[in-house]
Amino acid sequence: MTPADFDFVAQMLKRRSGLVLSTDKLYLLESRIGPVARKHGLGGLDAVVAKLKANDEALARDVTEAMTTNESFFFRDKTPFDHFEKLMLPAMLKARAATKRLRIWCAAASTGQEPYSLAMILREKSALVKDWRVEIIGTDLSNDVLSRAKAGLYTQFEVQRGLPVQLMVKYFTKEREQWKIKDDIRSMVQYRQMNLLDSYVGLGTFDIIYCRNVLIYFDEATKRGILERMAQLLPEDGYLLLGAAETVVGITNVFTPLAGAQGVSVKPAKAQPKANVA
Amino acid sequence: MGLAVKHCLVVDDSRVVRKVARKILEELKFEISEAEDGLIALTACRGAMPDAILLDWNMPNMSGIEFLRALRQEDGGDRPVVVFCTTENDISFITQAIEAGANEYIMKPFDREIIEAKFAEAGLV
Ligand SMILES: C[S@@+](CC[C@H](N)C(=O)[O-])C[C@H]1O[C@@H](n2cnc3c(N)ncnc32)[C@H](O)[C@@H]1O
Repeated sequence: MTPADFDFVAQMLKRRSGLVLSTDKLYLLESRIGPVARKHGLGGLDAVVAKLKANDEALARDVTEAMTTNESFFFRDKTPFDHFEKLMLPAMLKARAATKRLRIWCAAASTGQEPYSLAMILREKSALVKDWRVEIIGTDLSNDVLSRAKAGLYTQFEVQRGLPVQLMVKYFTKEREQWKIKDDIRSMVQYRQMNLLDSYVGLGTFDIIYCRNVLIYFDEATKRGILERMAQLLPEDGYLLLGAAETVVGITNVFTPLAGAQGVSVKPAKAQPKANVA
Repeated sequence: MGLAVKHCLVVDDSRVVRKVARKILEELKFEISEAEDGLIALTACRGAMPDAILLDWNMPNMSGIEFLRALRQEDGGDRPVVVFCTTENDISFITQAIEAGANEYIMKPFDREIIEAKFAEAGLV
């Protein structure tokens, strides 16, 4: 692959998904494009690039999706879910007591483990949210991962990673060698295909946004743009959750980390009062 | 949290499985002892209660589930964190194990990552 071709693909990826592909990631491109080339009946990387230059939209979409990292697991990093249960949910139950509405957005939902983890917590706390209208919206760029999320089928390996066994037996059934999330959990989450680079109009507003392990692939301007647009969908007392290697610090001041609550960011006005999280 | 080395008893009738588990758990800084069936394990626990037990299901003399039920009746037998680690992966087996007092359940084949994750969730690493 020529440097010019690499540049061409890198620019396409950046434009379509925000992904920054540095030249040391050529091996990644090579290993992930193989299956896409086969699917489209193309001989190799050079043939793929030629077709992309001829504006093959379906191919461009598949290449973009193939280059995203979709890894996810239940209760990933644990603390973001502990904070949901012990900090954000109680705060919201109080703050929204009049409307009894709670909306949560998982902005890079991938194969569904993150929204389903939240749904299981809510189900465990169902007495507290009785009569409430709770919505969990999961979005992702990739239709492929979203169809897996909707199916709610996981391998043995996937259900063991992070998921406490008590929750596994309670909320999953076994289907041959796979594990299927039960319908009452599955139906708590709605999935939609959505690119974080596109407009958020039509999503409505949220109380809590989980945007985890996706900004890490973007450059600073892209991160800032996404965070600032997310801020417009969150009220003053809303919460934003980022991945363990992500931060708002140095990117934007529309959010600020909540002291004592790893991974949680809030609007600046909300940051002053006591954040009494152990 | 103290710095004392934690003690894990590995109960499995397969020498190979015990060896693999020992290697993984030693890397996680556990002190390991081994037992090849439930009866031997129970005797060992009466001598000194371990902090954690990695437990197989099918074993001669006394199965994992029989051992677990007996253990939970012993003095101090509620203390060890018990992680079942077995090829039995039907919900009915797993439910039985939880009812008998298992803290976690790992379906074989296992690897280091799962063992580490489950032990961490149980507060052991
Ligand atoms: C590593 S997963 C994160 C999953 C989950 N949030 C977690 O933390 O476990 C990243 C996801 O972001 C999605 N993604 C990448 N670029 C995107 C974009 N521009 N818009 C929406 N989703 C995107 C990928 O398809 C992938 O499923």
